[in-house]
Amino acid sequence: MHELLQQVFSGLAAGSIYASVALALVMIYRSTDLVNFAQGEMAMFSTYIAWTLVNAGLPFWGAFAITLVVSFLGGMLIERALIRPVENAPVLAAVVVTIALLLIFNSVAGWIYSYTVQDFPSPFPDRPVFGALITTRDLGVIAVTLIMLLLLFLFFRFTSTGLAMRAAAQNPASARLCGIRVGHMLAIGWGLAAAIGATAGIMVAPVLFLDPNMMGGVLLYAFAGALLGGITSPVGAVIGGLVVGVTENLVGTYLIASQLKLTVALALIVLVLVFKPNGLFGTAIVRRV
Amino acid sequence: MSPRTLTSWTLSAAGLLLAGGLAYAAGQYGPGASDAEIKLGNTMPYSGPASAYGAIGKAEVAYFNMINEQGGINGRRINFITRDDGYSPPKTVELVRKMVEEDQVLALFNTLGTPPNTAIQAYANDNKVPQLFVATGADKWNDPKNHPWTMGWQPSYRIEARIYGRYILANQPNAKIAVIYQNDDFGKDYLTGLREGLGAKADTMIVATKTYETTDPTVDSQIVSLQGSGADTLLTAATPKFAAQAIRKVFDIGWKPNHFLTNVSISVGAVMKPAGPEKGVGIISAGYLKEPTDPQWANTPEYEEWLEWMKKYNSAGNLADGNNVYGYSAAQTMVAVLRGCGDNLTRENVMKQAASIHDLKLPMLLPGIAVSTSATDFAPIDQMQLEKFDGTTWQLFGDVLSGSGS
Amino acid sequence: MEKGSAAVARTAVNVGRTDTMTASTWRWLATAVAIAIAAALPFWLRNYHVFELTMVMIYAIAVLGLNILTGFNGQISLGHGGFFAAGAYTAAILMHRYGVPYWATLAPAGLICFVLGVLFGLPALRFEGPYLALVTLAMALATPQLLKYFDTWTGGQQGINLVKPMPPAALGLNQDRWIYLIALLALLIAIRVAANMLNGRTGRAWVAIRDHPIAAAAMGIDTARYKTLAFGTSTLFTGVAGALSAFAVGYVSPESYSLFLSVSFLVGSAVGGISTIGGAIVGGFFIQFVPNFANDISDAAPWAIYGLAMLVCMYTMPHGVVGTIKPVLMHLVQRAAAARGNRAQRSG
Repeated sequence: MHELLQQVFSGLAAGSIYASVALALVMIYRSTDLVNFAQGEMAMFSTYIAWTLVNAGLPFWGAFAITLVVSFLGGMLIERALIRPVENAPVLAAVVVTIALLLIFNSVAGWIYSYTVQDFPSPFPDRPVFGALITTRDLGVIAVTLIMLLLLFLFFRFTSTGLAMRAAAQNPASARLCGIRVGHMLAIGWGLAAAIGATAGIMVAPVLFLDPNMMGGVLLYAFAGALLGGITSPVGAVIGGLVVGVTENLVGTYLIASQLKLTVALALIVLVLVFKPNGLFGTAIVRRV
Repeated sequence: MSPRTLTSWTLSAAGLLLAGGLAYAAGQYGPGASDAEIKLGNTMPYSGPASAYGAIGKAEVAYFNMINEQGGINGRRINFITRDDGYSPPKTVELVRKMVEEDQVLALFNTLGTPPNTAIQAYANDNKVPQLFVATGADKWNDPKNHPWTMGWQPSYRIEARIYGRYILANQPNAKIAVIYQNDDFGKDYLTGLREGLGAKADTMIVATKTYETTDPTVDSQIVSLQGSGADTLLTAATPKFAAQAIRKVFDIGWKPNHFLTNVSISVGAVMKPAGPEKGVGIISAGYLKEPTDPQWANTPEYEEWLEWMKKYNSAGNLADGNNVYGYSAAQTMVAVLRGCGDNLTRENVMKQAASIHDLKLPMLLPGIAVSTSATDFAPIDQMQLEKFDGTTWQLFGDVLSGSGS
Repeated sequence: MEKGSAAVARTAVNVGRTDTMTASTWRWLATAVAIAIAAALPFWLRNYHVFELTMVMIYAIAVLGLNILTGFNGQISLGHGGFFAAGAYTAAILMHRYGVPYWATLAPAGLICFVLGVLFGLPALRFEGPYLALVTLAMALATPQLLKYFDTWTGGQQGINLVKPMPPAALGLNQDRWIYLIALLALLIAIRVAANMLNGRTGRAWVAIRDHPIAAAAMGIDTARYKTLAFGTSTLFTGVAGALSAFAVGYVSPESYSLFLSVSFLVGSAVGGISTIGGAIVGGFFIQFVPNFANDISDAAPWAIYGLAMLVCMYTMPHGVVGTIKPVLMHLVQRAAAARGNRAQRSG
């Protein structure tokens, strides 16, 4: 029983990592209808920026704040300069652009910072609680993820920019007619996603250790989690991420052939999707003829 | 003819023969070798999940640069061609074919990875190209009968794991052992070697095993699971990032097993420090190279020499990264072989020299360990020494052990 | 008057007919010349380049499979690396364990991948867009694990070393040239089959499903059947390509078929032109050569250069090279034909 609880909590800790990246994925999907395959690498790059600042002597929260701002601006810039040209192109072109960004960020990070694993400080002390079931640091990651989710929810629900963004995503033509600058909304969407990604990366680096390939595996699980929860739903993204984390852990523990952990975990996710093809909380896309 | 004329004729004839013989001997060249240069080929994963090992390739480039600046090998500069195969065997095949057929290299040196090397082994042997000092710890490179052109370098993973197995058998005969290993040839070899070291008791002593993939973000779940098996001994056959995670998790969940760690992940800078140095106290590993962060080597001439080389030729390299010691030492072995070839730089002779290394002591090898090969022994280094982490560095203990044979 | 206009009409028809005959003769001639050059190339080039071109053709067949599924039928797949691996391992296991001669492994490889594709396509019917991407991605990720697990069959992480196909002694070819010619034949057959299917009823159904699934269903097209058929056909092509790659490289291992391979196929598709057949060949060239060029340009960050190349291609030619050039060419050809028609009319 104790082991089961430990695995569940371990899973929640890992899952909160996936959840935070999944949030960023959902953010971009909602604003630009694209899956951003470069999300993980952008987050990793932001984390390296934070790492450079911390190493230069800045206090953690100062570096964190600066990194958020830089990432936000960077995300906006990427949308404007790199995604805008393929806005009206076939979807596949945009997908290839995000894949290209993934390769570029990964390669440049490896070039600048080398591939050696680096230490990254955590703002949370690392003490085991609840009888070594979970550490305060893991709790911190979960807390930050939930706070981000809450902030996003409030943003979309109660601010005019949030409303404008939802309108721009749902129906750009009508939104333009209402005076909403759709281009700006898209850019802001990417900026926010980049900032969320940066937060995710900074939270995650103390756990996973910082290296250019840090986010590779995470992105896959985050993708699975985001889709499991419904690619259009931020709440779904978080729940999906947590579920993926716990499932992965439990499968790994109780499956006899633990070398097939990834396969079985993915198979389970696909199974769920077969019954709910738009994810647990996603909205079905109703197409009118 | 007067005796004098005969003598002078004979002498001249002899002189001519001698000169001709010398001229013939001076510079026997196979592909990739000439009066001016020697071409070596190499593939490394400079990208992808194994990219941390790319530092080895960079270190070797730096070392050959130094040799070239010091006059090269018998006056010839080394042209070291290294390319990125991303640890993908089809890419390795393509790049090696290019190096052999287009670039015409004399030999392949320190190509990295078991699958990549397996992919090119047949090609190298069929085309009689030396595949020297491959950068993998798999056992199968020591097979001169079937693959006379392929040779390993480092002590194999199985040798290392056998050493751990025998140590456990001798010191903790009732241990219950858990193993976490990477789900590939590297990890599996450790499990195999451990079983060989434990002999008949392997099945009863190993109580749990768990694997992980390089795409897994963490190994926390596996560690928790292994603790649940009731084991009191743990072998971690994991690459640096995952080893650090494992060490930390073991400590965090309050588990205190006898912890054995693969030599691949003993770097203080890349593994022990990020994991938390206090969390690694008591971990046992085995080494054959000097750890660059070990203070006991700090003021020795060999270390100073290495440090100077790092600063001058490999300044982008991390001083705490053991890969830089590995690349340095492997390159020294290659240089020794090439020097031994003299002016006979054919592929056959390179292979012959590589198979006749007698007790070569490299500066950064642990004292007591040397490189030795023979026509039947293609495992250049097969000795290791156990070491224990004390919170700051790895303390060597016990004798230099040989892991060969079972 | 009647006679005059009838004469004009007849001339116009005659002119039209001559034009069609000339156009198709030209096409036939051009294709024959291209094939002849392609078949002769291995005798002019060094072995290494022959090997490279063999890989180009193998990737082209794989990308053609993906084009059928994603380009013509609109179902995205991030998992084709897995089917490529399935084909490669089928051939390898048959050759290694059962001593089947290499040329007899292509059909089983294709067939097994067809069945796998259909089995995969059935649940895939439920999914669209990013969800389908995830499901196919799961396939790509699971493949190396499954290959490592069933190691009695697959050789596990050690992989399987193959004896590469030997040419019949009478022909006097070396191994590289022989495998090149096999790959060339396979590519030509693949293009022919694909062209037939795509220009025929099946292809039209696929395109209809891609563009307007509801309208297609309303018109009586059995979407489920055609979509699964698309999947199966697509994986058949990619599986055969995989088997050919086993011949060319001589070694299969789980490490050879990573997620990056699936992504490369998608990139090759997009760069070449996802809804074209010729684009597959361009894609094959891109996948094979651009990473090497990138490595030559920059030692430090080659994949960044590769990414930049991808970006440049997507910005300048969002429909892919062939996808962009083909409409332009067609336009020019039509203009030329119209101009000739006008001239004929005026003179007639």
